[in-house]
Amino acid sequence: MSAAKKPVEFSQPESFEFTKPNLKKAKDELAKYPKDRAQSAVMPLLDLAQRQHDGWLPRAAMDVVADMLDMAPMRVYEVASFYTMYNLQPVGRHHVRICTTTPCWLRGSDEIVKTCEKELGLQMGETSKDGKFTLEEVECAGACRNAPVIQLGDDYYEDLTPEATKKLLVKLKKEK
Amino acid sequence: MLKDEDRIFTNLLGPDKWDLKEAKKRGDWKDTKKLLGRGRDGIIDEMKASGLRGRGGAGFSTGMKWSFMPKDSGKPHYLVVNADEGEPGTCKDRDILRHEPHKLIEGCLIASYAIGANACYIYIRGEFYREAEILQKAIDEAYAAGLIGKNACKSGWDFDVYVHRGMGAYICGEETALIESLEGKKGQPRLKPPFPAMAGLYGCPTTVNNVESIAVAPTILRRGAEWFANIGTPNNTGTKIFSISGHVNNPCNVEEEMGIPLRELIEKHAGGVRGGWDNLLAVIPGGSSVPVLPKAICDDVIMDFDSLRAVRSGLGTAAVIVMDKSTDIVRAIARLSAFYKHESCGQCTPCREGTGWLSRMMNRMVRGEATIEEIDLLENVTHQIEGHTICALGDAAAWPVQGLIRHFRSELEDRIKKSKVA
Repeated sequence: MSAAKKPVEFSQPESFEFTKPNLKKAKDELAKYPKDRAQSAVMPLLDLAQRQHDGWLPRAAMDVVADMLDMAPMRVYEVASFYTMYNLQPVGRHHVRICTTTPCWLRGSDEIVKTCEKELGLQMGETSKDGKFTLEEVECAGACRNAPVIQLGDDYYEDLTPEATKKLLVKLKKEK
Repeated sequence: MLKDEDRIFTNLLGPDKWDLKEAKKRGDWKDTKKLLGRGRDGIIDEMKASGLRGRGGAGFSTGMKWSFMPKDSGKPHYLVVNADEGEPGTCKDRDILRHEPHKLIEGCLIASYAIGANACYIYIRGEFYREAEILQKAIDEAYAAGLIGKNACKSGWDFDVYVHRGMGAYICGEETALIESLEGKKGQPRLKPPFPAMAGLYGCPTTVNNVESIAVAPTILRRGAEWFANIGTPNNTGTKIFSISGHVNNPCNVEEEMGIPLRELIEKHAGGVRGGWDNLLAVIPGGSSVPVLPKAICDDVIMDFDSLRAVRSGLGTAAVIVMDKSTDIVRAIARLSAFYKHESCGQCTPCREGTGWLSRMMNRMVRGEATIEEIDLLENVTHQIEGHTICALGDAAAWPVQGLIRHFRSELEDRIKKSKVA
């Protein structure tokens, strides 16, 4: 079931609208499924919406997707809250997901967690006040031969050491 | 040990490019039309004769599974490829997807033809974003070259492949949960029967296969069932990709012969156990769901479905998680209990509640806060879950804990006693 990110105070936008390029992408996604099975496109459409909206899914976006696919809004919320990669509250620009499942733990993920917490001044599940970083513990990333692993955005950072992790974070912190 | 010329995945670790040009040099897409020319029954018979058992964990005959698809259902048929790799320890499909995608796509065409499907969905875990990009590019290449699409490989068969990305739910690796997810719902497993071959995706006949099972099919058909069946051990034929992780000098993915001794596998390919074989404590031989084995069994066990079953564990996905003597084995298993608690879909009460109980009790065991009697209670909880749920996630949560109690009970007891003294 959905991962627990620490709840924070935030406001929902009034409305959401797909950009033109994203509408085109949404159409391409819909074309993958039989005409009378538009609901199949709910996951890719929610992902598109999330990518457009700074990495999190506001309720207005879910409602837009529900409307596009002719689904009851609740059926869309049900999907969005089930899968851990949908963020239902704002996340940092850099979403640092650390795998701590046994194969990564055996290769030193504890040290990677400590390094991230210290370097970012955050606990697991927290987002920095400036909105730059979210730190999250995740379950097996499926890259066990390259453990320990961090997922950052769409990329994996593999075979990590505390030093390599620190270097990565320092670089990100310097970015404007 | 597997002979070099018998390897199927010659670019598994990707020194060469994944693209169509290089893939063709490796032998992919060679005379695919001729392979299809053997007809549905010809292909299925060959797959059956090869003895290939599904590479996703359950080990069911792939050819048999294909043969369950109806001949004249009057409905569309579907092939669904399970690329939702997420069983802790397992990272083999990832390397197929990013380094050998054309083996998979060609396999999709052949399997789809054999089961009467004109469409195939590859369900890839959402975190594998870059892998999905490569796979899509490879699919686009195959379309452009006329290998798939209308009249695929000039065979007269129309065939489309679509990539569908998951969004982070281990349970969607369960075939019926995957189908639910593909239909745009939360990924909760369905009751079986009906099995997917009768009513799967959109209520239509569907076959769900693991990436590796599909990707080896073209080579099996090209080189012959006999070739494949002569590799490995009886009833456990062929080659298999092993993922070796944890306390070894060189964690890796390697294709080997089924039935290779565990020790040879680790020493020949993974650089041996950190600190030498005598520093080994235990191995989880087939992904997180199968029971752990202590060193004494690891010394001479061989790696196939039946041999590992005989020592009350399993080959699963062939993900070998190695733990040396520095490992807190109780914590290693407790982390898996936390994993199953997190990944339970919440549909069946024994799993929804039981995985939480297991995780909390295991955490007490880690700290030695439990009582000796609680070890039996813990085992009892595993039996309350096992066999009482719709899907195998409940069993998968129970087995690691059962393995721990079976082989490391004294460790649990010592810890409790020590904490009482303190």
